[in-house]
Amino acid sequence: MLETIAFYLFATVLTLSALRVITARNPVHSVLFLILAFFNAAGLFVLLGAEFVAMILVIVYVGAVAVLFLFVVMMLDINFVEMRKGATRYMPLGVLLGGVLLTELTMLFGAWKFSPQIAQNAASPTPAIDSVENTHAIGAILYTDYVFIFQVSGLVLLVAMIGAIVLTHRVRAGVRHQKVSDQVNRKISDSMDIQSIKPGSGA
Amino acid sequence: MTAAVWNWSEIIPALPEVFLAVSAMVLLVLGACQKNGGLKLIGTLSVAALAVAMVLTLKADWTPVTVFSGQFLSDGFSSYMKILVLGGLIATIMLSMRYLVQENMGRFEYPVLILLAGVGMMIMLSANSFLSLYVGLELQSLSLYVLAAIRRDDAKSSEAGLKYFVLGALASGMLLFGISLVYGYVGAVGFDAVADTLAAATAEGTVAPGAIIGMVFILVAIAFKVSAVPFHMWTPDVYEGAPTSVTALFAIVPKVAAIGLLMRLLFDPFVSLMPDWQQVVWFLSAASMAWGGFAGIVQGNIKRLFAYSSIGNIGFALVGIVAGTADGVAASILYMTIYMIMTAGTFGIIMMMRRNGVAVERITDLAGLSKTHPACAYAMTALMFSMSGIPPLAGFFGKLVVFQALIASGFYVLAVLGLVSSVVAAYYYLRIIKVMFFDEAEAPLDRESAPMRTLVLTLSIIFIAGFVLVPETLMHTSQEAAAVLLPAND
Repeated sequence: MLETIAFYLFATVLTLSALRVITARNPVHSVLFLILAFFNAAGLFVLLGAEFVAMILVIVYVGAVAVLFLFVVMMLDINFVEMRKGATRYMPLGVLLGGVLLTELTMLFGAWKFSPQIAQNAASPTPAIDSVENTHAIGAILYTDYVFIFQVSGLVLLVAMIGAIVLTHRVRAGVRHQKVSDQVNRKISDSMDIQSIKPGSGA
Repeated sequence: MTAAVWNWSEIIPALPEVFLAVSAMVLLVLGACQKNGGLKLIGTLSVAALAVAMVLTLKADWTPVTVFSGQFLSDGFSSYMKILVLGGLIATIMLSMRYLVQENMGRFEYPVLILLAGVGMMIMLSANSFLSLYVGLELQSLSLYVLAAIRRDDAKSSEAGLKYFVLGALASGMLLFGISLVYGYVGAVGFDAVADTLAAATAEGTVAPGAIIGMVFILVAIAFKVSAVPFHMWTPDVYEGAPTSVTALFAIVPKVAAIGLLMRLLFDPFVSLMPDWQQVVWFLSAASMAWGGFAGIVQGNIKRLFAYSSIGNIGFALVGIVAGTADGVAASILYMTIYMIMTAGTFGIIMMMRRNGVAVERITDLAGLSKTHPACAYAMTALMFSMSGIPPLAGFFGKLVVFQALIASGFYVLAVLGLVSSVVAAYYYLRIIKVMFFDEAEAPLDRESAPMRTLVLTLSIIFIAGFVLVPETLMHTSQEAAAVLLPAND
C-alpha cells in the first residue's frame, strides 16, 4: 500500500516537474525543476530495487550534470526568449520530421522479432536479484568480464582531459607565481643591509 | 556467475596495446615536466614507442586467440593491419616534426595524442565485440578531433575540429543505434554470438528486418569514418582546415584502421547477411569512386584535392570488399597498404611547400617546381603516376588486383564504373605534373633540408618503384591475412 502511494507520488511529481522544465520561462527555474525530476526518478528506481542506479542518478545527474547546467545558464547571458522566436518558425518542419521518424520507429518495432536464440544469448550473467545486491552484482561483472572496456573507457576520459587542456590552456605572461624555493633561499644579506653607525654621527 | 579469475597471461596478446597506452601516459607526464615544450624529445620517444609496439606485434604469436572474456581478438588479420597502422603513425610523426616547429604549434601533447589515437585504432582492429569496437572507435575519434582543432587560434582549424566533432558525434550516435538494434535482435554483443545467431537465422530465412536495419546503421557510421560517399561531406573541409601535418595523419592512418574494422564486421558477425550488405557497399563504392573522381577536378587547393583523392581511393578499396571473397579482401588490404605508402610520400611533398617561410597550399604554387626543385618534382611525378594507376608503379597493381577480384565475382557494372572514374581521376593527378613541369613559377618555393621527411619520401618512392620487382611478398602476406578472416573460402 505504502509502495503504491510512494510510486504515484514520485511519478506525479516527476511528470509535472518534467513538464515545467520545458514550459518554465526562466531557465534557472527549468534547471531546478530538472533536479527535482532527477530526484523523483531516483525514488522510482529505489522502489524498483535498483538502488545503485538511483544513487548514480543523484550523484552524477544532480551532483554534476545539473549543477553544470546551472553554471552555464547563469554564467552565459543567453536570451532564451529571443531563441524561442525561431522555434515557432521551424516548428512545422520539426513536427513533420519528428512525425516521420516516429512512424518509422513504430513500423520497425511493430515488425520486431527476437532471434529464437535470444534466451540463451542473453542468459543473465549476474546472479538472481534476491541473492546478491545489485551494486555488488554490477561491480562483480564490471571488474571481471568488462575490465578491458572499463580500462579503455578510462583512456577515453584521459584523452578528453588532455583535449580540454590542449584546446583551452594558455600560458599567460606576467603572472606572479609563488616560488617557494626562492623564498626559502632568501638570505638576510639579500634584503637587509646592516650598517654600523658610529654614535653621535647620525644616519 | 562464472567466477572469473584474473590471469596475467591474458594480457600477452594485447601487449602492443598495453605498451603503447602506458608509454603514452609516461610521455604525457614527461612532457608536462619539460620546461619549454619538449616536443623534440617526446616526438622522438613516441616514434620509438610505436616502433617497439610494431616489433611486439611482429614477434607476437599470430594464431587467433581471444582474451578479456571474448572482448579482444588477436589474429593474423588484426596483427597485419596493426603493423600497417603503426607504420603509418611512425611515418606521420616523422613527416610532421619539422612542420610543427615551423608553424609554432610544437606542443608535446601532439605526439601523445597520436599515440592514444593509435591505441584506439589497434583496439578497433582487435575488437571482438561491439563494446570494444565502440570504445576503440571513440578513443581514436576523440584524439583526432583534438588534433584537428589543435591550432586553436586559427579559425579554419577550429572550424575543422568542430565540424569533425559534430559530424563524428552524429556518426557515433548512428553506430550506437545500429548496435542497439542488432543487440535487440540477437541478445548479445559478442561477434561470435552475433555471427552464430545470424547464421542460424539466415539458414531458416527468418532474419528480422530490425537486425538488417541495425547492420545498415553500423555500416553508415563506418562509412562516415572512412569518408565514403554520401557520408564524405566533412572530408574536404576538415582536410583543408586542419594543419597539414594533421591532414597527413587523417589521410594516411585512420582509414586503414576503419577499413580493417569494416572487413572484420562484414566477414565476421555479418558474414551471413552478405547479400544484404553487398548492395550497400556496392553503392558506397560506386558513389565514392565517381564523386572522388569528378569533384576533384575543380579543386584549386591541394589539400582539398587530396581529400577527394582519398574519397575516391576508399571507393577502390571497398571494391575488394564488394567482391566478398578472400581474394577480394586480400586485394583490398594490398590496395590500402599501397595507398598508405603513396599518400605518406605525397604529403611529404605537400609539407615542403613553403614560400618565404609561409606554408602555401594552392596547386598553382607548385608551378615551375621542375626547375627550382627537380628532385621533388620527379618524386611527385612518380607518386602522381602511381596514384593514377599507371604501370609499372605500385598504384597500378593495387587497382589491378581489386578489379581482378571484382570481375572474378561477376560485378561487371561496378568494374566499368571504377575504370571510368579512375580515368577521370587521372586528369587531376596528371594536371599536377603539368603544373610542375610546364607552368612558369611566380616565385620559387623555399629550400630546406628536413632529413626525416626526406627519408619517408625516399622510402615511399623506393616502394612504389620497386614493388613491381618483388610483388609476391606483399601479395602473399595480404592473402594470408585475408585467409584468416575468411577461412571457409580456402
